[in-house]
Amino acid sequence: MTNNAVSVTGLRVVRGGTEVLRDLAFEVPSGTVTGLLGPSGSGKTTLLRCLLGVQKIAAGTVTVLGQAAGSPVLRTQIGYASQSAAVYDDLTVVENLRYFAAAVRAPAGDVDRVIGAVDLASYAGRLTGKLSGGQRSRVSLAVAMLGTPRLLVLDEPTVGLDPVLREDLWALFHRLVTDDTTLIVSSHVMDEAERCDALLLLRDGEVLAHETPRSLKDRTGAASMEDAFLRLVRAA
Amino acid sequence: MSPRMLAATARRVLAQLRHDPRSVALMVLVPTLLMILLRYVFNSSSVFDRVAPSLLTFFPFLLMFLTTSVTMQRERTSGTLERLLTTPAGKLDLLGGYGVAFSVISVVQVVLAALVSVWLGLSVAGSFGWLLLVALLSALLGVALGLLASAFARTEFQALQFMPVVVLPQFLLCGLFRPRGLMADVLRWASDVMPLSYAVEAVDHVTNDAGLGGDFWRDVAILAGCAVAGLTLAAATLRRRTT
Repeated sequence: MTNNAVSVTGLRVVRGGTEVLRDLAFEVPSGTVTGLLGPSGSGKTTLLRCLLGVQKIAAGTVTVLGQAAGSPVLRTQIGYASQSAAVYDDLTVVENLRYFAAAVRAPAGDVDRVIGAVDLASYAGRLTGKLSGGQRSRVSLAVAMLGTPRLLVLDEPTVGLDPVLREDLWALFHRLVTDDTTLIVSSHVMDEAERCDALLLLRDGEVLAHETPRSLKDRTGAASMEDAFLRLVRAA
Repeated sequence: MSPRMLAATARRVLAQLRHDPRSVALMVLVPTLLMILLRYVFNSSSVFDRVAPSLLTFFPFLLMFLTTSVTMQRERTSGTLERLLTTPAGKLDLLGGYGVAFSVISVVQVVLAALVSVWLGLSVAGSFGWLLLVALLSALLGVALGLLASAFARTEFQALQFMPVVVLPQFLLCGLFRPRGLMADVLRWASDVMPLSYAVEAVDHVTNDAGLGGDFWRDVAILAGCAVAGLTLAAATLRRRTT
């Protein structure tokens, strides 16, 4: 129990009269990269919002780092990057990071560290709104890395990035993982699944599979992750 | 509440404005230009002398209401507000930071408009400093009500539509067009519960009396109280957990 970063039981979320998450239960061990995969509309973002404690839930328990999700002590321990880059377009990259660093009470040197980590040092003085979509989402990712979060929740961080940059970011994600740091990364690109330690496949608000990429492929006998997912869907 | 986060928020809002010099120029110059326009519309220094004080409190109120409600709405739709609410930052640190940053802009706005008004023939019997205090409090009231109104708007477009709803009735009933004492009872009661009425009353005290009595301080206290109440209510509308 203690070495689980996330533990979810009986989680139900209802939004606007429809059940978005249906009775989810799963655990995410500490020190892993877990990929949350599924087609759009499957409930990925809602589930991530539950982990952050910003989503009202209808039933169930969500425990994050040993605390109930949303409890104040978690606020410095979770880094979050939403799907649309939640940064100020009318501030420079460094101004954005300085402000969010103050919000999460990160030390001053952190700003340079995270700018370097997402490879934006040469853009530090640029207005965020003038950057490309991929650069903006890296600013947002850098914000999530400020301080010393023990859980990083990243909602489609690689969307719209070119293959080289995606490769770099996945390498970065694996560098960020330590015994005590856990990453949960959502994506609807099945190819990215192979880079994760564990996969959580979501479809229509239900867990379709929760296992390692290898076991998923072996079990379904599929050549690619995309194929494995399709086979699971058809078998369901 | 954390003074450090409040200061960081105020600095951040001012930095955003620094990258938008056109908006700053509009905010700072428009009240002054309107005062000049007004002076020549009336073409009489005595009429100007009578209406200028009220307008010196109204213009900052109006502009700050607009600026704040749109800015805050943008903060909600861009996801930055939700992100901040996942951090230890307190709600009042955020709203207070907005209040402080916009107050800085208001001071510049009001000082310029007041100086030009005096040059155009406005006579101030009391202290110029008290005039600024009242104008600044009305600006802060605009900030507070703007923050509150933004909670009820889903889009920037809706946020703008709140201007006629919240601001215009106060403008019509604040005593500028007709002394409040001469209004029909129902209208006077309505004006009694509208905070802008007290700004106009307070500023009239400053321009007409060299010595300020208890009435002035009562008005100032009501005005400040409404601004603080507005900020607190606005903070209550910020939810860390949403559907």
